[in-house]
Amino acid sequence: MPEPTTATTSTTSTLRAAVDWTACQGHGACADLLPEVVSLDEWGYPILQERPVPAEARRRARRAVSECPALAFLLKR
Amino acid sequence: MNASVLPPVRIRSLANANANTNTNTNTNTHANTHANANATATAAAMRLLPSEPLDHQAHRAIYGDLPRLDPGHIMAAAERSGLSGQGGAAFPAYRKMAAVREAARRARRRPVVVANGSEGEPASAKDKALLWHAPHLVLDGVALAAAAIGADRAFLAVEGGHGLRRYLVETNRQRPSSAVPVTIVEVPSRFLSGQESALVSFLDGGPALPRFQSRPVFEQGVGGDPTLVQNVETLAHLALIARHGPAWYRSGAATSLFTVRYADSTPTVVEAAPGTPLQHLTGAVSGQAILVGGYHGTWLPLEPAARSGREAGAGIRAITGDTSVSAEALGVPLGAGLLAVLPHDRCGLVETASILRYLALESAGQCGPCLNGLPRMAAAFGELARPTPRSDLQQIRDDLSRWAGLVTGRGACRHPDGTARLARSALITFAAEADAHSRGRCRACARPPMLPTATPATSQSTVTD
Ligand SMILES: Cc1cc2nc3c(=O)[nH]c(=O)nc-3n(C[C@H](O)[C@H](O)[C@H](O)COP(=O)(O)O)c2cc1C
Ligand code: SF4
Ligand code: SF4
Repeated sequence: MPEPTTATTSTTSTLRAAVDWTACQGHGACADLLPEVVSLDEWGYPILQERPVPAEARRRARRAVSECPALAFLLKR
Repeated sequence: MNASVLPPVRIRSLANANANTNTNTNTNTHANTHANANATATAAAMRLLPSEPLDHQAHRAIYGDLPRLDPGHIMAAAERSGLSGQGGAAFPAYRKMAAVREAARRARRRPVVVANGSEGEPASAKDKALLWHAPHLVLDGVALAAAAIGADRAFLAVEGGHGLRRYLVETNRQRPSSAVPVTIVEVPSRFLSGQESALVSFLDGGPALPRFQSRPVFEQGVGGDPTLVQNVETLAHLALIARHGPAWYRSGAATSLFTVRYADSTPTVVEAAPGTPLQHLTGAVSGQAILVGGYHGTWLPLEPAARSGREAGAGIRAITGDTSVSAEALGVPLGAGLLAVLPHDRCGLVETASILRYLALESAGQCGPCLNGLPRMAAAFGELARPTPRSDLQQIRDDLSRWAGLVTGRGACRHPDGTARLARSALITFAAEADAHSRGRCRACARPPMLPTATPATSQSTVTD
């Protein structure tokens, strides 16, 4: 199971890329929009960087969420 | 009790052997008889597996009544005992229980307990043996866990096709109508059925397949309520901890269950204390390697005593019959407690190829990396298992290592992670075989795999003590 945490959401929270793997169709739109934290594997599925989305890429990150055709690309605090 | 649908399994206990040998001794004085009987009774009360299935009356005669269900006490005992999950991931039970309780408090919802007896792994038999022999110990554990976290309902999930549900429904009726109702549910006999989000999905009326969890099941599980999923053996441990205390549990006297396999013989469920040497669990069998944990586990080289400790690579150490069976001594997790000894006349590459094919077919195919990676890994191992002169051995190894990396951590469940662990360990432990095969040579060809890749057909039980 994932590590249970009791983390509270802070105002200076960071955003991390996440994928619903059961929904992702490997369209790759997320990697096009957000090359800082998303690349594609040899089958076209996203490889996510551990590090948070850089501040200057936040808008593109939100676009990646809304433009993912499978509604699979997510941002987590 | 009708145990005729229990798959073939033998049961052996290495626990408290001294006390047990006294059972049938003829003693002269009344006092002596009493002392022996007491020693035996005490020993039995600390074990998970009785020699025969216990109804509620027999259970209470051996283990005594369930102790007071005070949440604070149970939580403290769980914490101090260091109890960890027996279903595969060895996660600390206390931390999970505390997380569920806290999530329920914050959401103002009543949490749910799910006792996981799915045991979808075809090589494993310990959970079914426990459910047949000590169902009330498991149900005690469910009651304790429910009381500890404040749950108002519980489920006990068992694998279909063994008649377990009917047996357990009957068993459950023998108990005093407890505060927390327990629903016994049969899950499909598939490898993935016991994954926690698959259980939640199934209990919610969906398919028994893992699902994407925007929030983990300890926050949002069955019916949206915070859910504690705990392996049935973990819960049985909790029932013993509640009776004998966390200090007893930590002392090394407490036992756990293993499924021991050797070649094609009937598996044996062995109950043993930590630190028991491997050869005491497996008996006097010799072999070249051992699969520890399960099909998501690790192959380790098995060697004569003189060569113990040889580093085979990437944290995989050779072990011997004298190595004690603990995660520390073996250097790998004990997973779900499978110990499968590979004899000298078998091929570890053939075994691994067969297991990988099975795991790839069992994948729900919902997640891209798993859907693409697992069949490729299985096919590549199929190549390694074939003795034929080839020049692309290094390429196959590189592909396998890369795919193992690509599938890890990239699915809705940990099935690909476990599959990758198995493949990586086989590449190391059976490296010499892979070299030999690529030169067209083979020590143990044409033997079919010994490890099962589908649930055995139910048949007459051969339970012995
Ligand atoms: C593919 C897969 C299959 C699993 N099958 C089982 C199972 O059959 N029984 C089980 O107890 N846990 C199984 N698990 C682990 C559960 O998800 C969960 O971690 C466990 O039941 C928690 O109980 P524990 O902490 O007491 O071990 C499986 C996990 C995965 C990834
Ligand atoms: S855009 Fe969406 S579907 Fe396409 S690869 Fe990214 S997450 Fe997957
Ligand atoms: S990771 Fe694999 S087994 Fe797990 S849900 Fe995704 S496709 Fe199914």
